[in-house]
Amino acid sequence: MFWEQLLNGLTLGSTYALIALGYTMVYGIIQLINFAHGEIYMFGAFVGLVLVTVFGLNIIVALVGAMIFCMFLGMLIERIAYRPLRGKSSRLSALISAIGVSIFLSTLMVLIRGPNTTRYPEIIKITTYNIGSISISSLQIIILALATLLMVGLQVMIKKTRVGMAMRACSQDLEASYLMGINVNRVISFTFAVGSALAAAGGVMVGVYYNAVWPYMGLMAGLKAFAAAVLGGIGSIPGAMVGGLTLGVLEIFGVAYLSSSYKDAIAFAILILVLIIRPQGIFGQKKIKKV
Amino acid sequence: MAVLKLEGITQEFGGLRALDSVSLEVEAGNIFGIIGPNGAGKTTLFNIITGIYTPTEGNLFFKDEMITNTSAYNIARLGVGRTFQNIRLFGKLSVLDNVKVGSYGITSSSFFSNLLGLPKAKREEKLVTEKSLELLELVGLVEVRHEYADSLAYGDQRRLEIARALALEPSLLLLDEPAAGMNSSEKLELMELINGIKEQFDLTILLVEHDMNLVMNICDLIAVLDYGKKIAEGNPVEVKSDEKVIMSYLGVEI
Amino acid sequence: MEGFLLQFIDAYYLRILVIIGINIILALGLNLITGVTGQLSMGHAGFMSIGAYTAAILTLQFGLSFGIALLGGAVMAGLFGFLIGIPTLRLEGDYLAMVTIGFGEIIRVFFLNFELGGKATGLYGMTKYTTFTTVWILVIIIVLLNAKLLKSRHGRALYAIRENEIAAEAAGVNTTLMKVLAFTIGAFLAGLAGGLYAHYMGYIAPKDFAFMKSIEILNMVVLGGMGSIPGSILGAFILTIAPEMLRIVDEYRLLFYGALLVILMIFRPNGLLGNVRIYDLKKRFRKKEV
Repeated sequence: MFWEQLLNGLTLGSTYALIALGYTMVYGIIQLINFAHGEIYMFGAFVGLVLVTVFGLNIIVALVGAMIFCMFLGMLIERIAYRPLRGKSSRLSALISAIGVSIFLSTLMVLIRGPNTTRYPEIIKITTYNIGSISISSLQIIILALATLLMVGLQVMIKKTRVGMAMRACSQDLEASYLMGINVNRVISFTFAVGSALAAAGGVMVGVYYNAVWPYMGLMAGLKAFAAAVLGGIGSIPGAMVGGLTLGVLEIFGVAYLSSSYKDAIAFAILILVLIIRPQGIFGQKKIKKV
Repeated sequence: MAVLKLEGITQEFGGLRALDSVSLEVEAGNIFGIIGPNGAGKTTLFNIITGIYTPTEGNLFFKDEMITNTSAYNIARLGVGRTFQNIRLFGKLSVLDNVKVGSYGITSSSFFSNLLGLPKAKREEKLVTEKSLELLELVGLVEVRHEYADSLAYGDQRRLEIARALALEPSLLLLDEPAAGMNSSEKLELMELINGIKEQFDLTILLVEHDMNLVMNICDLIAVLDYGKKIAEGNPVEVKSDEKVIMSYLGVEI
Repeated sequence: MEGFLLQFIDAYYLRILVIIGINIILALGLNLITGVTGQLSMGHAGFMSIGAYTAAILTLQFGLSFGIALLGGAVMAGLFGFLIGIPTLRLEGDYLAMVTIGFGEIIRVFFLNFELGGKATGLYGMTKYTTFTTVWILVIIIVLLNAKLLKSRHGRALYAIRENEIAAEAAGVNTTLMKVLAFTIGAFLAGLAGGLYAHYMGYIAPKDFAFMKSIEILNMVVLGGMGSIPGSILGAFILTIAPEMLRIVDEYRLLFYGALLVILMIFRPNGLLGNVRIYDLKKRFRKKEV
């Protein structure tokens, strides 16, 4: 029972982590809580669904398709709703703008698909393996493997490539990066693209795993993923991964051992406790007050 | 009488030793200068005195009262006013309101008497406004009292910081690079202002400044910091001729 | 009074005016926390729900008078604001935002499971004590007190915290205490608005106080102009009326609402009345005369 729950928790947590990465990367560079990020995840789930059911594509192809679609969606949102505000307004106005985008996107999906839940067709034949007393489904293996692959890929990109270096520079000091000749707007755009693609991947996985997608799925998932990012220490990429996994595992355990009716409260209760004890999150660095 | 006494103050930031066992005594009525190259720990020292940091080791006393662990706002209320090196005005408040906030620590009308507009609150408010206007007159900003603080010119912002600090009616005033960014005529005016307020308000002044001319002119005593250590202390003449000081610092500038 | 008013205006408009009044109280409370003191709070609907449930239970179960129930709800919400404020207000910016979001969600889930509050169905059957007159008398009192507060030394201290916390400390402001104070008053007002709301609608359910309600209140404050009392009032007006007017385009309503937020922020990033002072207007006017 324990190991199985742990596995369930890690599966859920890896999808939180994928969404949390987008929050944390964007936050790291422009200190914006990209509220529309949850809706990008929701769009990813729907695009994946349409590609599978309407176009009859293979799920992996659909996943890639959803990621590409959301890359452009993320860049478009940044261009229209955030860039015009950058530098000349408070962070709070940008946040409200992001909330506007979030409301716009979820309503748009309601208009397209109706407010109800759509079921994902059974795409992958699920086999269950038993290892000792633990049973693990093929779907869980695929999700965990894909999530790991994407996260390792992200790490490699950030540590080894030129654009990754530019991203790291921008997250240290945007202005200095600009003065050093980095095309800051392009880096930000790219960050939105990568974050959105990861969220889309998370969306498709959740759609397949829980067998359901609906237009408002982005809100709660987005909030929890943001909580995961904060838990890990916002701005920190390993923090988002660890935060997502931790939150997923604790939530599943909470539901299993405490009560399922408090499911949505558990993640936030953990977050609040952690922040009160460690205000900068697990991986966040303690700031020295600059005077 | 020593208004301010520091005993073996050490401050570490995660392994970095910003101040290393610094001791100082500032006598009442003096203008005491602290000089040293960038990164010597001057501003850190100010932040310790005003309670923003708690020192890793050592103790400090204000008028014989130990204030090592006293919170910043309580130290302010005891009568320690300060200005900031990188100006920290309340940008979207009016110039007058900036000075009025400065008097927060010495006013006492309660929340409810203010909410209900009781006589005590009204009297106090009237007094605060009058006093604030006087201070603005003194630093020459009374004309622009309704402008936003962040719309002022740089030199004016520095003078507004001084007025705000004076509103606290401090007995010890800490000025963190008050002349930074000023031209030479503004600096002359500033020197006059510092000397003037010292006499008028019976102040003890602690001053961090890079402009040697200004420091040598107005300070009674000077301490020199280098890499967090106090390497010399004395009157301007003594400090100027101190070999260690010339080696580490002055030699380059004079 | 209502009967008198109804001779002149449609019941529908009267209803909207009442809701506007309740929203003004909510917005003024949050304005104190976020607009004036600069502490981003995104769980204001949580405090509203505490006030709504407390007041409703007091009239329904305990048969207390409306006035006492209202006060009870507001005090309860204020108490929660105080208790939550103490440990969390040392958190900075977005961490505080996250904690307040979390608090709002926890409260909502709590009420979803709260036996006495009717769980997901909520509470119904409250007598509709709340009238146009009660709401607007309260609005006027709150606006006056609020204006008084913001002009006092305490109000200036709150603005100072928003502008520069360290400099505020250096002026002798106990910033933690003042932040908790703002948070408590804001929560108190939200609780009051909750009680009014519960006894106007006659029914409440956890979904009335979901995350989007908190966002709606925040939008009023930011849209109107952070820290400005007329701004919050205007924000509450516009964001209550806008969805009603957009009913013409019914299903596209929220779509427009979302787009509107983005457009307004692009063209008026400081809010409609942000940084607009009577003094500046006078000055501009005088310049024109010359």
